Amino acid sequence: MALTGIDIFKLLPKTNCQECGVPTCLAFAMKLAAGQAELSSCPHLSDDAKAALGEASAPPIRLVTMGSGDDAFKAGGELVMFRHDKTFFNPCGYALLIDDTSGASEIDGKLKQVNESHFVRVEQDLKADMVAVKCSSGKPETFVEIIEKVKAATSLPLILMSDNPEVIHAGMAVNGEAPLIYGANKDNYEKMADLAKTHKTALAVISDNGIDGLNDLVPKIEALGVKDLVLDPGYRNPKETLQSLVYMRRGALVKKIKAFGYPTIAFPVEETSDEMMETLLAGLYTCKYGSIIVVGNLKPQYALPLYVLRQNIYTDPQRPMQVKQGIYPIGTPNENSPVLVTTNFSLTYFIVTGEVEGSRVPAWMLIQDVEGLSVMTAWAAGKFVPEKIAPFIKGSGIEEKVKHRKLVIPGYLSQMSGELDDELEGWKVEVGPREAADLPAFLKAWSA
Amino acid sequence: MEVKETYNGTIREVTLGVGDKAVVVGGETALSFYTFEGVMPRKPVIAFDVYDEEPADWPAPVVEPYKDVLGDPVKWALKCQNEYGADMICLQLVSTNPTGTNRGAEEAAQTVKAVADAIDIPMIVYGTANVEKDTEVLAKAAEAAQGKNVLMGPIEEDNYKTIAAAALGFQQAGATHSPIDVNMAKQLNILATQLGLNADRIIIDPTTGALGYGLEYVYSVMERLRLAALTQNDSMTQMPIINTIGKEVWKAKEVKVSTEEEPAWGDAETRGIIWEAMTAIALLMAGSDILVMRHPKAVELTRDFMALMA
Ligand code: B12
Ligand code: SF4
Repeated sequence: MALTGIDIFKLLPKTNCQECGVPTCLAFAMKLAAGQAELSSCPHLSDDAKAALGEASAPPIRLVTMGSGDDAFKAGGELVMFRHDKTFFNPCGYALLIDDTSGASEIDGKLKQVNESHFVRVEQDLKADMVAVKCSSGKPETFVEIIEKVKAATSLPLILMSDNPEVIHAGMAVNGEAPLIYGANKDNYEKMADLAKTHKTALAVISDNGIDGLNDLVPKIEALGVKDLVLDPGYRNPKETLQSLVYMRRGALVKKIKAFGYPTIAFPVEETSDEMMETLLAGLYTCKYGSIIVVGNLKPQYALPLYVLRQNIYTDPQRPMQVKQGIYPIGTPNENSPVLVTTNFSLTYFIVTGEVEGSRVPAWMLIQDVEGLSVMTAWAAGKFVPEKIAPFIKGSGIEEKVKHRKLVIPGYLSQMSGELDDELEGWKVEVGPREAADLPAFLKAWSA
Repeated sequence: MEVKETYNGTIREVTLGVGDKAVVVGGETALSFYTFEGVMPRKPVIAFDVYDEEPADWPAPVVEPYKDVLGDPVKWALKCQNEYGADMICLQLVSTNPTGTNRGAEEAAQTVKAVADAIDIPMIVYGTANVEKDTEVLAKAAEAAQGKNVLMGPIEEDNYKTIAAAALGFQQAGATHSPIDVNMAKQLNILATQLGLNADRIIIDPTTGALGYGLEYVYSVMERLRLAALTQNDSMTQMPIINTIGKEVWKAKEVKVSTEEEPAWGDAETRGIIWEAMTAIALLMAGSDILVMRHPKAVELTRDFMALMA
């Protein structure tokens, strides 16, 4: 996006017709340069200008959509090397591999994993994103049969895997959706590109020698008019895969190498035969620049930690994960159970409720919305202070749930206990321990 | 096609322990495992958690491997050394916690000496992060472990004067601990070095958050420390990094809950092992040099991972 506002202005009609919603062509150019406007807002652009500007304003890593509707999966669109530089935008996707030579019970087991490994954590849905069907049989009819079986069990987008265009052709005929074709190599790319264009699907580009091969092959496929690509450097060992993924991300973002400006695909399933190691390698590519990660198992004991890692890595550092404001019963509290207040920062919430649960003392947790800040950060920001806490407690409905009127506050806020006591009529404020780790001992000794 | 990054800084090398089994950590000239554009002269090391009293709240999967040694730190440490091939032991003086058993500094120091004398691998000695109590406990511990070149911590902003001085006086290394903050980590290293503790005797403890419990914060703070160290040649961020993983992971809800309580989460032991190893892998990629871990299988997996990446 090297063009300045002036560069862009030179390519505009300069009629100041205002149809773009901006008073002048120059102002529109400035907005475009700043990324605050869409090229398509100007209806009067010449084709030449469109091509030149479209290219210049294209994101450095293309956002590629696979599948449709609620289950569509978007890959790519990243803008930074490190999450602290801004954020990672589009969470990587996990695809479960199903081989068309596997027995029926194995395939059923995998489809069950896809559907059952589905969790809700911090109000986010954690689940698989795609299913990869691989034609190892070499037979189009077997491939088609398995695709049909998979489609009957799940609506997730598919990755159709074969290096034989005939097989992919057969698979596309039954698929109907817009999945990913895997894929094009240096021998078959013309036919694969044709298929991708006909069916309007994304196409994976498979290198036989890392990023050099991609640098060679990608422009050829682009020249055939396929726009949605996914890149596989082709190695099947984590060391070289990591190297390629780092080089591709850096190549696209920092060195502006256009051939690398696409999402990536990695195959832990083909890098190890151990399911534990496979999960860890999927974790590696979650941290380091994998967009689609193909695994051979998503049993819940593996899927849950993997999905939580993705949730962590893709959290916006500027917008912390939050939980909803409200009363959270821990265990089965009654009218004599302790009442504790804290903030809705998901980390604080998890740590504190974890300790309260661990204590086995049933309790009422009051979680106040402070826009996801920790206790002290929220206090310093003026969001978790007596004038805000008191009305929250009063309005929370807790007074109907307990007979006593004792409120436990975080130990770090001891200095405001007097003031809160005054604000919160009818209640007595008790200062809890500073560290949540000391809550079990505190709660065991607590009485109404 | 030039896609390599060039770095101008190097992570310091710190030696811990004495004799044949001494370990060196650090020495990287690129981000961890980026061996395609710099040197990672050695793999990070794994220390096993050993408590100085029987832990009350460890979940079953991590009690099981140690059940014959849990009340006896010496036997426990030897088991980790001899059976699991630990690179190091991390002796956690949990019994000194004022809100727990509240054992005195003298008694804790005896345990330190007993363990240090029994093993021949290097040792880490950690207090309970109680600012006042640790000053007493770690000062005594430093003395008791004299001649062993142990790593002691956590050294905090509020007690660095006594603890860093004890490390200096008894020729031990120190782990400076700050709350997930690049500038605070740097500032504490400046303070400790001004006191006379050599920069090559310091390990950074950036505060560890487990997978699902703040991992993203420590991950990013470590990446930022590493980038400052390697690309800006900022000397007060160039110390190797320690992560106390076991302690954080094995208190997470998703790790403690049994298979029966939550069948939809799958086998509890495997889930816990992966939770610990996954935390380790993410932090290895962010720049960890010393991982303090618990489950032998999680350690084995982490080692296998490092072998694949070497
Ligand atoms: C990360 C961080 C931030 C992040 C925010 C992340 C977030 N989502 O909150 C960012 C960078 C945005 C930030 C900003 C600021 N921060 Co800040 N921040 C921190 C830091 C390093 C860690 C906070 C954290 O995540 N803690 C972890 C959580 C889990 O801790 P917690 O919520 O306190 O919960 C623990 C206990 O309180 C207890 N607990 C919690 N609830 C309950 C309930 C009960 C009943 C009990 C008994 C116990 C209990 O259990 C938990 C674990 O033990 C702290 C330093 C530190 N030592 O904490 C500074 C810190 C909190 N920040 C501080 C300040 C001043 C600020 C700013 C005002 C800075 C500025 N000038 O801009 C801003 C304000 C933000 C705003 N919007 O205006 C100060 C507060 C000083 C003070 N005591 O007044 C601190 C202490 C740093 C310092 N030493 O100066 N900050
Ligand atoms: S719509 Fe196009 S031509 Fe009209 S003012 Fe906007 S930029 Fe200029």
